[in-house]
Amino acid sequence: MTDMIPSPILTLTDLTVFRGAAKILDKVNLSLAEGETLALVGESGAGKSTIATAVMRLLDGAKVDGKAELEGAGDLLALSEKQMVTLRGRRLSMIFQDAGAALNPAYTVGRQLITVLRRNLGLSKTEARARAVELFTSVGINDPEGRLSAYPHQLSGGMQQRVMVAIALACNPDLLLADEPTSALDVTIQAQIVRLILSQTRARGASCIFVLHDLALASQACDRIVVLYAGQVVEAGPARDILEHHRHPYTQQLKSCVLEIGTRELTAPEGTVPPHDRMPAGCRFATRCPRALPRCAGEAPPLIPARDGAESPLAHHFACWNPE
Amino acid sequence: MIMAQTQTQTTAPTAPVFELIEVEQVFPVPRPGRPFMSRDTVGLRALDGVRLRIAQGASLALVGESGSGKSTLLRVLLGLDAPSGGRALYRGKPIREARAFGTGFARDVAMVYQDARGSLDPRMTVGALVAEPLRHFGIVPKGEEAARVAQLLDRVGLPADAATRYPSGLSGGQIRRVAIARALASEPSVLVADEAVSGLDVSTQAQLLTLLRGLQRDMGLTLVFITHDLGVASYLCEEIAIMYLGRIVETGPTDAVLSHPAHPYAAALRAAAPRFFEPIPEPLPGEIPSPLDLPKGCRFSSRCTAAQEDCRLRDPQLGQHGAGRAVACLHPLTETGAQASEIR
Ligand SMILES: Nc1ncnc2c1ncn2[C@@H]1O[C@H](COP(=O)(O)OP(=O)(O)OP(=O)(O)O)[C@@H](O)[C@H]1O
Ligand SMILES: Nc1ncnc2c1ncn2[C@@H]1O[C@H](COP(=O)(O)OP(=O)(O)OP(=O)(O)O)[C@@H](O)[C@H]1O
Ligand code: SF4
Ligand code: SF4
Ligand SMILES: [Mg+2]
Ligand SMILES: [Mg+2]
Repeated sequence: MTDMIPSPILTLTDLTVFRGAAKILDKVNLSLAEGETLALVGESGAGKSTIATAVMRLLDGAKVDGKAELEGAGDLLALSEKQMVTLRGRRLSMIFQDAGAALNPAYTVGRQLITVLRRNLGLSKTEARARAVELFTSVGINDPEGRLSAYPHQLSGGMQQRVMVAIALACNPDLLLADEPTSALDVTIQAQIVRLILSQTRARGASCIFVLHDLALASQACDRIVVLYAGQVVEAGPARDILEHHRHPYTQQLKSCVLEIGTRELTAPEGTVPPHDRMPAGCRFATRCPRALPRCAGEAPPLIPARDGAESPLAHHFACWNPE
Repeated sequence: MIMAQTQTQTTAPTAPVFELIEVEQVFPVPRPGRPFMSRDTVGLRALDGVRLRIAQGASLALVGESGSGKSTLLRVLLGLDAPSGGRALYRGKPIREARAFGTGFARDVAMVYQDARGSLDPRMTVGALVAEPLRHFGIVPKGEEAARVAQLLDRVGLPADAATRYPSGLSGGQIRRVAIARALASEPSVLVADEAVSGLDVSTQAQLLTLLRGLQRDMGLTLVFITHDLGVASYLCEEIAIMYLGRIVETGPTDAVLSHPAHPYAAALRAAAPRFFEPIPEPLPGEIPSPLDLPKGCRFSSRCTAAQEDCRLRDPQLGQHGAGRAVACLHPLTETGAQASEIR
């Protein structure tokens, strides 16, 4: 292992989100290196989308504490909305899970892309149109000129998602947040879209955070994986460490639920994530953990390096009193 | 067993649960370029010569790209739409007739919709939702209704107090369980499900899949399961049918088809399924053609990496290809000796 620590482009420090009394995110710490691709995984409700939307500063009706530092821009959580407007699209952008809902049904997809280009890059109408055609071509849309005048409902789910990728990449952001960009799509289209996002971000040297359900896809697409449970990071590190040398029982549980072709035996985990008003004070996984010890429910385990001395925030970390 | 059949005699005792013979479904749609309400229509072939047999106790996964006709096929199986061509039989009788005659069909064939939440009345409690089919089909005397509801909720892994809750207070996984409990209430022998576990996280999905597998084993249910996840298909279903643009292009035992796909499209699906630490494979070239403008010859020829000259001239039909398997391809990827030549 080299000890060269690449400079992080994004650093979350104790990111905490409340909705009313419920702590939706609890002191999330996370770093993203320049040019890196990171997967956020975990059960529904774990807080994956909340992290992405908090970084975009698009979270409504929630109280947010902690820091989200973007290299060169400072703490995003401390910026004014006006300052954020200049960053969205240019420095960071987001692809939403449901492209159909994220696109405006009343305007052609071309108009939506051209508006972004004109507003953020100050291009003239003709320049923006030419750039839009280029972008559509680069995301694999056949007949880009013709497709510019299509309304969202006239495009298939896969095409809509390509349009979203084109819009998200229009202004060359350094950080792309992709929230389950493919879970509504068929495997062949899913593979196309993930390849597309990776090739486009790599060609630009951009970093990428993927929210994913599929661990196998995470291993194919991402350098590192962060496992969330009930709003906390329970394990994080390079993809191989997480999938082949994980220490946290919840990571083990997630992995045992993966269905590969030919899987005939499956042991489903018991129970569900406890509601926020009944969350254990200590380890939040304690109500379902097969390895729980008496201390677990009362005392929260800290996130510690998996190897002595490997303190880099990018190295393998886990939070458990009785690791695998 | 599901088999492609060119000729079929149906005799009542051995008749499969469902049999589709050259089923077509053509929807009139406005000619491309015409407005939505235009009377100038063309026929969209959502199903084009579908052949399928589903025997009692079988479990069949139906997979294929969006728009390949899976939901249209399901509507024909459920008797919601009459096919515009071909024959669709339930235990040897036309499905529409079986459905129109008494409540037997509706009791025997239960459905779990993809949009489980949308299919449940939000003003009814879970208990009332599950009791509704019990009452509708007169399954138990009124006095035993509550006990049967409790039993059904338990069977699908819901706590007993769920009966008093409303759908809005339930998670996505719990909603699917309610939909399954409701489907089981009429004591069906066939369960038809459209993407019943998609969009759920892996833990909840695993819980529902083990539940469905248990139900299938314990109650001998016949299962027809639409999914786009090949891992799910392979876990839950003995048989698989792969659709492309309105036609079943390959069918057979799931393990055999997925380990040695014969149709190039089946192979492409197989290759695109995520695998730990493998590079993401090269995608299929091109886009799915519009069903209004199918390629000449084989409908997959515009994207097929194995296409040869004759593929643009002849439209391959689903024909037998080894034990229990069938494929619609002029140049299948696996050889099966003598049988392979039958389709030429
Ligand atoms: N607008 C909202 N109002 C109230 N609670 C919310 C809202 N959005 C999310 N939550 C809650 O915040 C928690 C985290 O939700 P989030 O959407 O971040 O989860 P997720 O990990 O993205 O889940 P999924 O895999 O289902 O998308 C959940 O308990 C959810 O119920
Ligand atoms: N009522 C209808 N009128 C016109 N066209 C229809 C109708 N229903 C379906 N179609 C068309 O028939 C084809 C098959 O649609 P279907 O919904 O069966 O596909 P699917 O395989 O279920 O796709 P998905 O995975 O997206 O649900 C599509 O081209 C669709 O646009
Ligand atoms: S800290 Fe205890 S309860 Fe939490 S994951 Fe580890 S062993 Fe399980
Ligand atoms: S018939 Fe030809 S084009 Fe069609 S799937 Fe087979 S090889 Fe490909
Ligand atoms: Mg989410
Ligand atoms: Mg469908």
